[in-house]
Amino acid sequence: MASLWFGIVAVMIAAYVVLDGFDLGAGAVYLLAAKTNEERRLVLRAIGPVWDGNEVWLLAAGATLYFAFPRLYASSFSGFYLPLMIVLWLLILRGVGIEFRGHIDNRVWQDFFDVVFSVSSILLAVFFGAALGNVIRGVPLDATGYFFEPLWTSLRLSEHTGILDWYTVLTGVVALVTLMAHGSYYIALKTDSDLGRRARGFALLCWPVQFFLTFSTLVATYFIRPEIMNNYNRHRIGLLIPLVVVGCLAVMVWANPKGKETVAFVASSLYITFMLVGAAFALYPVMLPARDHQYDLTIYNTAAGDHGLRVGLAWWTLAAVLAVGYFVFVYRMFRGKIKVQVEEGHGV
Amino acid sequence: MDSALLVHRIHFAFTATFHYLFPQLTMGLALLIVVLKTIALRRNDPVYHEAARFWGRIFGINFVLGVVTGIPMEFQFGTNWSHFSRYAGGVIGQTLAMEGMFAFFLESALVGLFLFGEKRLSPKGHWWTAVAVFAGSWLSGYFIIATDAFMQYPVGYYTAADGTLQLASFWAFVLNPWAGWQYAHNMCGAVTTGAFVMTSVGAFYLLSGKFIEHARVFIKVSVITGCLFSVLQIFPTGDEQGKMVTDLQPVTLAAMEGLFHGQQGAPLVIVGQPNEQEGKIDNPIEVPRMLSMLTYRRWNAHVRGLDSFPRQDWPGNIPLLYYSYHVMVGLGTFFIAIMAISTLLLWRGKLFHARWMLWILLLSAPFPYIANTAGWMTAELGRQPWLVYGLMRTADGYSKFVSAGNGMFTLLGFMGIYMVLGILGLFLVWREIEQGPEAEHAPVGFKTAEAR
Repeated sequence: MASLWFGIVAVMIAAYVVLDGFDLGAGAVYLLAAKTNEERRLVLRAIGPVWDGNEVWLLAAGATLYFAFPRLYASSFSGFYLPLMIVLWLLILRGVGIEFRGHIDNRVWQDFFDVVFSVSSILLAVFFGAALGNVIRGVPLDATGYFFEPLWTSLRLSEHTGILDWYTVLTGVVALVTLMAHGSYYIALKTDSDLGRRARGFALLCWPVQFFLTFSTLVATYFIRPEIMNNYNRHRIGLLIPLVVVGCLAVMVWANPKGKETVAFVASSLYITFMLVGAAFALYPVMLPARDHQYDLTIYNTAAGDHGLRVGLAWWTLAAVLAVGYFVFVYRMFRGKIKVQVEEGHGV
Repeated sequence: MDSALLVHRIHFAFTATFHYLFPQLTMGLALLIVVLKTIALRRNDPVYHEAARFWGRIFGINFVLGVVTGIPMEFQFGTNWSHFSRYAGGVIGQTLAMEGMFAFFLESALVGLFLFGEKRLSPKGHWWTAVAVFAGSWLSGYFIIATDAFMQYPVGYYTAADGTLQLASFWAFVLNPWAGWQYAHNMCGAVTTGAFVMTSVGAFYLLSGKFIEHARVFIKVSVITGCLFSVLQIFPTGDEQGKMVTDLQPVTLAAMEGLFHGQQGAPLVIVGQPNEQEGKIDNPIEVPRMLSMLTYRRWNAHVRGLDSFPRQDWPGNIPLLYYSYHVMVGLGTFFIAIMAISTLLLWRGKLFHARWMLWILLLSAPFPYIANTAGWMTAELGRQPWLVYGLMRTADGYSKFVSAGNGMFTLLGFMGIYMVLGILGLFLVWREIEQGPEAEHAPVGFKTAEAR
């Protein structure tokens, strides 16, 4: 039962990163890719109908984590106190930036919210990447089952490491570049003309960086945490995951210049999914590794009671079916490329 | 009090209080908008349509603020109250996750369609989105109330071998008897806020001589709704909740009422200052025997006072609890009076010209916010010193590994950001009110522009 919920939470987090990833990425490249007010409105209109629905995956994944693994939620959220609070502030600023920009047709107002939106998107991508880096690297959990990490100590890996060290900064940058590319593919998919072309070019520029960083992260991970290979050695089938990741990278660089935007976007989504699946596969059944492995938080020592988990499965399934239904409905309603609308009043 | 504990308590209290300024309005407006849209659809009256759109725009601004200030609430269960989450997460995780899975997904999908999909959908279809938004936001409210009800009156759980609480009966937990009345009481409060805000804007237009037709629609709909719900607020919902407190949290009742010594035929204190040192109410104005009547339905019933309970089980801040409760009840009574007089004037056809009454209605808008806040303070201060009533003390529930310094850092950060959000929100709502219900200007936009 706990394993099933591990899978469910992992899938929800992957859904969040793929979905909110493209609007975060679009936000990260927003100031660079979209030059004119027209183009910026196009980007915002491309993500406008869906961004908060995408963000709900974070809330729902968080709430599901809380429900299924309360002890993990308690330890990790209090341990990652400062970065989570900063993430909250960034989410607030970003949401307000997207939604309130269009309320007033004034250049200063709009420039202000453009920068708020883009900068908060960039920082969110870095923080999410660093968070994943922390989970892989391990945290100083002790016998109490709790820990507290400051934002940084020195950037070296040591006993008293902070949230940010060279490794987690690296994973943060990987996340940023990946989502920038992901967002660019999405903009290319949803828009035409100069903007779409520029987004494609931007994604092309991201590719070698993404390729290089993917490999250096994998190598770095192996060196700081050789245990991650255990599950791969035990279950050889897991080795397919890195192959899919490499395959996705290849498809991206092939599809993008040919103008196959859908293929490139799907490849990017799969790339993200399988990077995360790879991490989850390596960690299982650990959910938050400790420096000292006897204090690891695993699915076994953090899961809620069996009856609760069983009951939850019933309503979770129903709610998930409904949620996917809304998503299909909304994405269908807003499908296709977005054109510049001349007759539109002010507003966006 | 341990300073870290104090910081974490203020952290949650501040963010929750600020957050709830928005949902109380949006949940109330969601109902009123359904009413407006239903009448609009039936009579095919453009004024009602424009009224619904106008309140939709106000709803939209408040909804965004409610969402962005709501996310921190979920996080704080882990960040600031981790010992509590570890202890009770196996039970309350159910309702919190259900809120995320059922209500948030529904709202995020449907609010966009409701706010910006009117031109794309049929009138009937758009009416359904309004109903779905109403249902989603009220559903959300229930899950939160059920969570709080567990903290007030824990049911449906068992204590596991490791000392944590786990779910024993899903239905007992979700259908907690405490939750039923608390939910009804709370939702009446939300509708009262929505109604008073709508009346206030209507009164503002009438007094300024602008948008007369729309203003009359606002006032007609909101005064009738407000009258009904402000009565329901006190009877039966408030009354029933009071009886639950009497039975299940008698020490809380004594502290709320400022009853230091138990007595037969206990009086109801209307005004007065609790004096903890001497164990009495200073400058009291009381209704003799009334408290006995209200709690036990007998003039001579014995009501237990604070002296019947060990001191360590008294709520920590008795004066604040006492004032919160009295402010809530006082304002609740005031709302019934205002709405009853307005209804009477409306019925006699005099309300739209009674400038004195319009002034009162205009200036009354802030009070439901105060009453709702005071009501929640009564519930949560009254629960002290317990975090989960009778099971876990508040002092044992906060994140012991997050220092007071770190807590203060983020508390100040939230205060700064929320101040900016508050100013932005007021500014944007004021702009909408100034532009008025006739303005066919584009709303927020993108969710949006495609939909138009």
